[in-house]
Amino acid sequence: MAGKRVAVVGVGQTVHRTARKDVSMAGLVREAAQEALDDAGMAWSDIDAVVIGKAPDMFEGVAMPELYLADALGAVGKPMMRVHTAGSVGGSTSIVAAKLVAAGLHERVLTVAYEKQSESNATWGLSVPMPFAAPLVAGAGGYFAPLIRAYMYRSGAPRHIGHLVAVKDRRAALRNPKAHLHIPDIDLKMVEESFLLWDPLRYLDVCPSSDGAMAMVLGSEQVADASSGPVAWVHGMAMRSEPTMFARRDQVNPQAGKDCAKDVYAQAGITDPRRDFDCAEVYVPFSWYEPMWLENLGFCAEGDGWKLTESGATGPDGDIPWNMSGGVLSSNPIGASGMVRFGEAAQQVRGRSGDYQVELKTGRALGQAYGGGSQFFSMWVVGNQKPA
Amino acid sequence: MTDVFTAQHVIEYPGGYTRSVGPVIGRFLTGLRDGRILAVRLADGRVLVPPTEYDPATSAAVAADGDHWVEVGPRGTVQSFTWVSQPRKGKHSLDKPFAFALIRPDGADTAMLHVVDCGSADAIRVGSRVAPKWRAERTGSITDIEAWLPLGDGEEPEPAALHVPADDEQPVTGITVPIRLEYTLTAGIATTRYLKGLGEGKIIGGRSPSSDDVYAASRGTDPKSGEATSVEVEVRDTGVITTFCVVNVPGLSELAPEIPYVSAQILLDGANNTFFGLIRGVAVDDVHMGQRVKAHWADELKPDHTSIQWFEPTGEPDADYEIYKDYL
Repeated sequence: MAGKRVAVVGVGQTVHRTARKDVSMAGLVREAAQEALDDAGMAWSDIDAVVIGKAPDMFEGVAMPELYLADALGAVGKPMMRVHTAGSVGGSTSIVAAKLVAAGLHERVLTVAYEKQSESNATWGLSVPMPFAAPLVAGAGGYFAPLIRAYMYRSGAPRHIGHLVAVKDRRAALRNPKAHLHIPDIDLKMVEESFLLWDPLRYLDVCPSSDGAMAMVLGSEQVADASSGPVAWVHGMAMRSEPTMFARRDQVNPQAGKDCAKDVYAQAGITDPRRDFDCAEVYVPFSWYEPMWLENLGFCAEGDGWKLTESGATGPDGDIPWNMSGGVLSSNPIGASGMVRFGEAAQQVRGRSGDYQVELKTGRALGQAYGGGSQFFSMWVVGNQKPA
Repeated sequence: MTDVFTAQHVIEYPGGYTRSVGPVIGRFLTGLRDGRILAVRLADGRVLVPPTEYDPATSAAVAADGDHWVEVGPRGTVQSFTWVSQPRKGKHSLDKPFAFALIRPDGADTAMLHVVDCGSADAIRVGSRVAPKWRAERTGSITDIEAWLPLGDGEEPEPAALHVPADDEQPVTGITVPIRLEYTLTAGIATTRYLKGLGEGKIIGGRSPSSDDVYAASRGTDPKSGEATSVEVEVRDTGVITTFCVVNVPGLSELAPEIPYVSAQILLDGANNTFFGLIRGVAVDDVHMGQRVKAHWADELKPDHTSIQWFEPTGEPDADYEIYKDYL
């Protein structure tokens, strides 16, 4: 990885719920940020700069929320910036913050991502009709369901594969007290009998709409070495994007995702992701995106993702657990969801994942986020050892 | 230059945003409902109104209860103002000329923004003494103060009408915020040409000069190369369903009032891009990948997207997967 060494030295996260009516937006981001600072053993005055991310302003109707949130995040008198790359924003925000340290500009950077979706309605916020544009006729799920159908057709995956992921990630969430959805008796039958929204997606194949925030403190090598607790070293980070639509675009397995993975693996020396990682936190808002991203991220050959899922390899006791925290399927404050992936990966290599901690063998984990029409990708590799 | 279409565009969340305010702002708003202006004394002794949730200087959290909460005003002093001689109906809270002013309530160290109803610009200056005119019916909103009124020497402010709490009244925890953004959007040359084409029963595409790719509903550039899609071509109104989903969620499309319906990606003959369209004229269970479809044009053509109402099967044999496999 280019630049100076960077590590995650503190992580904080809110409890995710349908509606956090007990706090304002400022209170929400503060809750995550304060926990991250406490974890890092730092005070507000220790922070050099703040990088914040969230998805479209239309969700809460506050333009330039970073201005309103500056005092809540201790950014008064410090550099503050806001990042926006649709659903991948939590990942790209983490990367922008880490690069400020890697570039040698700052020693300690606080990064926070959030969404407070209860202030409006995400389906409305994502699909406000625009003059001159072809009308969207099916909502967000209606955008991705046809791509899932195409994946099933290409790979020959049987219909129950998505439901397996829906069950696996909700069961995982039962070990995570901060997850939004806790469905104790979740099973395949419950998913199969849930309402069919966008065939083949049933209600329980789809992520919830959540209020929540995630925060991390990124520190320089000097800061990390002085940290009293375990840190997660950043071994690689990459972003790629591509247009939503162009001739012969592979919408199921986008080139930008493959390129992003190749880049981040090269930085981190990953040659066989299934073997080289202990686990991964990957943005799976619709159950079928687990097998699809298994292929996109090179955990198996193209067409084999569903077989990996079906084998149980990605379960908590499998050889390559995915989304041990319950994933996006269990908590989805959209703007924060990418950073939750990055932060949960960091917590795993720090050994800080409580009841959903995986066994550390290689000591490395992947965090991934995507957004838009599968067109923005951000990824990082973190590890418990200092990178070479 | 080609005339381009423009249109008004409004973004407005129906009913307004439901904003939770947190305990600190909630206490301030609850105070307004009670007819009182509440402030907080910070660690450095300054009295802040309206309160903020975090100390602007130190970022320390401001507690929602404790003896650092103080009542300020109701008298206040104008610190600065601007005169609004032509209030806009529905935009401003007063329908007559008024001042936007920064008003420092007595006992506070900061000023709050509000409106002063004083008749004419001559009746307000920096240093003017003012007092709130409270609404009789208060909800816990900054507009519970209807306006601030000039206060003569020795004059007593009019007290707020007593707020009679309902039996089940709770502290204010949220407000509803109506937000309306109005834009004038310009379609651009390529989109205007496409829409005009629809009004003539034609689908106009743009060809990218180096790749020969044709984009139906081109935005004027090839998204891959960035080149202008400078060559205009007509694309046929027939094509193939590359993939689709059956929608069981009501209320997502005015064009499809009844669920279930089918939303499909369609590759038109002669085009190299897909787009979403509605499929009708066939049972949802009979829709499949590779199915040949044709546009169903409206009886009355207009230069907008209503001209193609949906796509329906042609009855031709299915397209071979090889033809559309690169478009998924």
